[in-house]
Amino acid sequence: MAVHVGSLIPLARLVWDGYTRHLTANPIQALTQRTGYPALVLLALTLACTPLNTVLGLRWTVPPRRTLGLYAFFYACLHVLLFTTDYFFLVDEGQRWAVLSQQLVEKNYIVAGLAAFVMLVPLAITSTKGWQRRLGRRWRWLHRALYLAAPLAVTHFLWNAKGGADRNEPLVFGAVLAGLLLLRLPPVRRAAYRWRAQSTARARTLVLE
Amino acid sequence: MPYFNRLPMIAYDDVDPADVTPEHVYRNRRRIMALAGGAVGAAGAALVTGCGDLSGLSAAAPQPTIAAPGQVNGQTDELGDQLNSYDQVTNYNNYYEFSTEKEEPAKLAKGFTTAPWTVQVGGLVAKPRTFSVDELVELFGPEERIYRLRCVEAWSMVIPWQGFPLKKLLEAVEPTPKAKYVRFETARKPTEMPGINRGGFPWPYIEGLRLDEAMNELALMVTGLYGKPLPVQNGAPLRLAVPWKYGFKSAKAIVKIDLVESEIATFWMKSGPTEYGFYANVNPEVPHPRWSQSTERRIGEIRRRSTLQFNGYGQQVSKLYEGMDLKRYY
Repeated sequence: MAVHVGSLIPLARLVWDGYTRHLTANPIQALTQRTGYPALVLLALTLACTPLNTVLGLRWTVPPRRTLGLYAFFYACLHVLLFTTDYFFLVDEGQRWAVLSQQLVEKNYIVAGLAAFVMLVPLAITSTKGWQRRLGRRWRWLHRALYLAAPLAVTHFLWNAKGGADRNEPLVFGAVLAGLLLLRLPPVRRAAYRWRAQSTARARTLVLE
Repeated sequence: MPYFNRLPMIAYDDVDPADVTPEHVYRNRRRIMALAGGAVGAAGAALVTGCGDLSGLSAAAPQPTIAAPGQVNGQTDELGDQLNSYDQVTNYNNYYEFSTEKEEPAKLAKGFTTAPWTVQVGGLVAKPRTFSVDELVELFGPEERIYRLRCVEAWSMVIPWQGFPLKKLLEAVEPTPKAKYVRFETARKPTEMPGINRGGFPWPYIEGLRLDEAMNELALMVTGLYGKPLPVQNGAPLRLAVPWKYGFKSAKAIVKIDLVESEIATFWMKSGPTEYGFYANVNPEVPHPRWSQSTERRIGEIRRRSTLQFNGYGQQVSKLYEGMDLKRYY
């Protein structure tokens, strides 16, 4: 429940700000940016679930993983839809294909973002229990595509920044993401396990003494 | 349009809301004057200037009048494009010295002192001199111009500025034959401009023009907009407006103008060498490395419109670039 409420807050704020006319003088751009950002945050949270469980033993973080991932996809859909319709419904209709293709294909940051989005589509489709059963072992492999899609999404954010201090936030995202992915590497994970086992053992001996 | 006119209005330290001409009156002021003049005769016109509320008249004849390039005659620019509202112009600003968020400069502007303010004009000139802003207006202006402002981020506005041609100022200080470029240095006041403290940028903001560009009739030094003193977030007390170039060329809060011999490394050239060139002429054919420049969103409109070469000022400025490869000198 908390996951649903939390994930819908950005949407609720968008609707409220739209209703009260607080989407700046350039509302379409504001909407595009403010749907991309929660998609990134939710992607990072999705990837945080597993290491929080393996490293810190927070088992409750595992069940919301799918919901978080699907909300990330939901915001990504809005983001992509806003962007493409913006460049499709031009005043000069004759220009639309030229402009759209220039935007979608020639710009690195868009290519990165679009690649991330395309990778999320099959993950969202196969996120159900039924698909999980049908795909068996392959399901895990397929969903490791997120390890590629999330860095691509952050790259998209970074390449869209103007430079200077504008890059700080994407770089923080990148560092967090790198950490979350690093914690998945088998040696790191094993070390974390050992550390946890030792500390619980130590705690137990302390109690016994 | 009505949607955007309801944006909240911000009050400024240096402007008493009671002194501000309502926008609809401003837009129709020439017609109002004409009507009033017709009604009371030439002698009565003097009385009308002191009049408070003439707003009733503005609804009488909603005929848009079209201005000559750069001249304010009514509600549109010379292409027939509607002016952006005062709220739009003063609440959606790129001003990194304050913030990278566009609605923040209007809020953060309150602590910024614009008086006293002097501008040091020197370098390769025969008569270097320091001017106060009041002196500049007294000597060279003011006149009104409606210009389109095209931001490099692919949005645009139509703005009625008040100011004086940069040419007049430059002629007054007499550039020497060696002078080829004009360098603009702007305020760097970390205590009053919180964005400067964020680091990562080569402050102060430096801009530049080639001397012949600076001498072009369209290059305007701005001290006001919509008939009011220039708000801080729009570059008070003195900014540049070069309407055929992307907005970032039009430096705000100018403190120093130098005539120099060689091309200037501007703030954005230093910040993003692969993205920003010296000329930065509006050009739909030359995309920004990260986005297309062939369309723009006019603030207040939903659908993107096509961007015009030189932002629609080709007739006045294309001769400056004859024989130049604009794809190379972007």
